[in-house]
Amino acid sequence: MELRAENVSMRFFRKRGEANFFEAVCPVSLTLKSGEMTVLKGKSGSGKTTLTHILAGLLNPYEGKVLLDGTDLYAQSDVSLSRLRNEKIGMIPQGRSAVDTLTVYENILLPGLLYGKGEDRTAKAEEWMNKLGIAELRDAMPAELSGGELRRLAIARVLAADPEVIMADEPTGDLDDENTRIVLEAFHSIAHEKNRLVFIVTHESDVLPYADRVLSMDNGRISFPVSNT
Amino acid sequence: MKRFSPVTRNLIRKPGRTVALVLLTALLALSVFSGSIVILSLRGGLNSLENRLGADVIVVPSTAKSKTNLEQMLLQGTTGYFYMNREKLDKVRNTAGVEKASPQLFLASLRASCCSVPVQVIGFDQETDFTIRPWVAESCSRTLADKELAVGCRVSADVGESIRIYGVNCPVVARLAETGTGLDTAVYCSQETLQMLLDAARDLGHDLKISGSSEDVVSAIYIKVRDGVDPQKVADDINVHIRKVEAVSTKGMLTGVSDSLKAASGTITWLIAALWILALVILFIVFAMMVNERRRELAVYRLLGMSRKMLSSMILKEALLCSLAGALCGVVLGAALVFPFTTLIEHSLKLPYLTPAAGTILLCAVLALAVTVISGSAASMRTARKLSRVDPGTTLREGA
Ligand SMILES: Nc1ncnc2c1ncn2[C@@H]1O[C@H](COP(=O)(O)OP(=O)(O)OP(=O)(O)O)[C@@H](O)[C@H]1O
Ligand SMILES: [Mg+2]
Repeated sequence: MELRAENVSMRFFRKRGEANFFEAVCPVSLTLKSGEMTVLKGKSGSGKTTLTHILAGLLNPYEGKVLLDGTDLYAQSDVSLSRLRNEKIGMIPQGRSAVDTLTVYENILLPGLLYGKGEDRTAKAEEWMNKLGIAELRDAMPAELSGGELRRLAIARVLAADPEVIMADEPTGDLDDENTRIVLEAFHSIAHEKNRLVFIVTHESDVLPYADRVLSMDNGRISFPVSNT
Repeated sequence: MKRFSPVTRNLIRKPGRTVALVLLTALLALSVFSGSIVILSLRGGLNSLENRLGADVIVVPSTAKSKTNLEQMLLQGTTGYFYMNREKLDKVRNTAGVEKASPQLFLASLRASCCSVPVQVIGFDQETDFTIRPWVAESCSRTLADKELAVGCRVSADVGESIRIYGVNCPVVARLAETGTGLDTAVYCSQETLQMLLDAARDLGHDLKISGSSEDVVSAIYIKVRDGVDPQKVADDINVHIRKVEAVSTKGMLTGVSDSLKAASGTITWLIAALWILALVILFIVFAMMVNERRRELAVYRLLGMSRKMLSSMILKEALLCSLAGALCGVVLGAALVFPFTTLIEHSLKLPYLTPAAGTILLCAVLALAVTVISGSAASMRTARKLSRVDPGTTLREGA
């Protein structure tokens, strides 16, 4: 599996200084591969979330293409892009991402349930709920959960679905050290043992030791300085 | 492949939102349904009065009250009596343009055995009558014999029973179909029977202000004019040439009714339109609020792989369930408000009021249901479309 961005850029047409548009992501090309854990670091506002959304098929870029194994994501119909997101891309977004009217367990099974595969994933869901320490919260509603618990819910949801591409936007932001370690080790081992493509956005340095490759972003521009393989 | 749908969970686990939507659609359906029924009933009442009246001109004695009495009798069913000399009938018959003229005799009973209030008794000439007979014929094919009565549908006496009027026992032989007018509260008999009742009343000492024999008086003369003749002209002729009578063109009479009916149904139509627009606006606002509340939730569904179509259909299903439940409640509530209070509505409107046939009511109910459900769903579809035009990435970033 290969996720390739070709000259993608993102502009927001809003007045900033002299220009009447703002380039959140300057044209960039990069390739992400299965079996690799890539970390994207950068200051707040540097465009990390914007780029990640573009790579995950959630935000149409201003220019450029995103190819997943040669399939141009944004040339797809909404139906096939949605299906592709459901089957191949697991995304843990920044901030809350639980559906309030579903229990924790239903939330974790939701990606599968949408396309009739919920039943196959119950074992995996239980496994990850246990590993992430939210098994007790199985029947709780998201409104009852703490920030860290919600974050672990979102992580369990992606890991239970076991997609080929995993993207996480600051997944350890509100986790304690213990849970941060569990989550990062899980991502690391999934990338290597299951040959998954893992892409993590962070501004914390404790993620870096797990990374196969570190990209850093500043003002919409990516530099490829460090490689610690 | 069975797809999981969070619709029921969304409805049950946000009860406040669901109840608000249901109440709103209920209000909408209720106003559309009950308003239409009231308007249809008013129209039905007027039509039936027009048919029952059947006459182009009615002649009554020119005493001050007789004209208003006649109108009140026809519209509201109050009782009244007034008399004029029978010779007027021949004079009327000889007026140019008159095709048919038939006399009627009125008598107000005292409290009759059937009724707690006096009833109007109307005697018609079975030979010449063209207004009441066709109506009576619907339920009684033969002519009425002496003392036999046909009763309006609001008189509480059944066929086979008899009503005692001024000491005379009169058997009821027919019940008439509803007209929604004052005619429903009266009883009908032959001219001869009424003359007998007049005599009986006089024997009991009631002063009916009749000079001479009861056979020499009539209360009103119903006229049908020849084709192409203007009823107003005939009425004017009679007013000029025959003394002590007043001829009224029923067109003029019914125009009076029609005007107040138009005013009433116009007001109700505006009221319905206002309610309808208000409810529609609120519906759209509530849905917009719901969107704002659910923006992020819906973006999460998209993030996890729901397509625009799936999202729209989820929202549509929720709206359909809410609006259908609401519309059903509204129609049932509307029926519960309108039908038991028919008499009250009729009295407060002081207009003929005839509830439409069951089929028409059903059609109204179905239309009210369809209109509210469609508008609710349209509002939600519009919302769903608006939502799905935004990339989920954009929404997820907002206020994260
Ligand atoms: N929809 C939008 N409209 C206007 N500007 C936007 C929009 N989305 C992002 N931006 C701008 O693009 C820049 C990059 O935003 P982005 O969310 O990608 O930053 P980030 O690197 O993820 O920051 P953080 O670490 O704080 O999450 C910001 O300056 C932001 O204001
Ligand atoms: Mg970000």
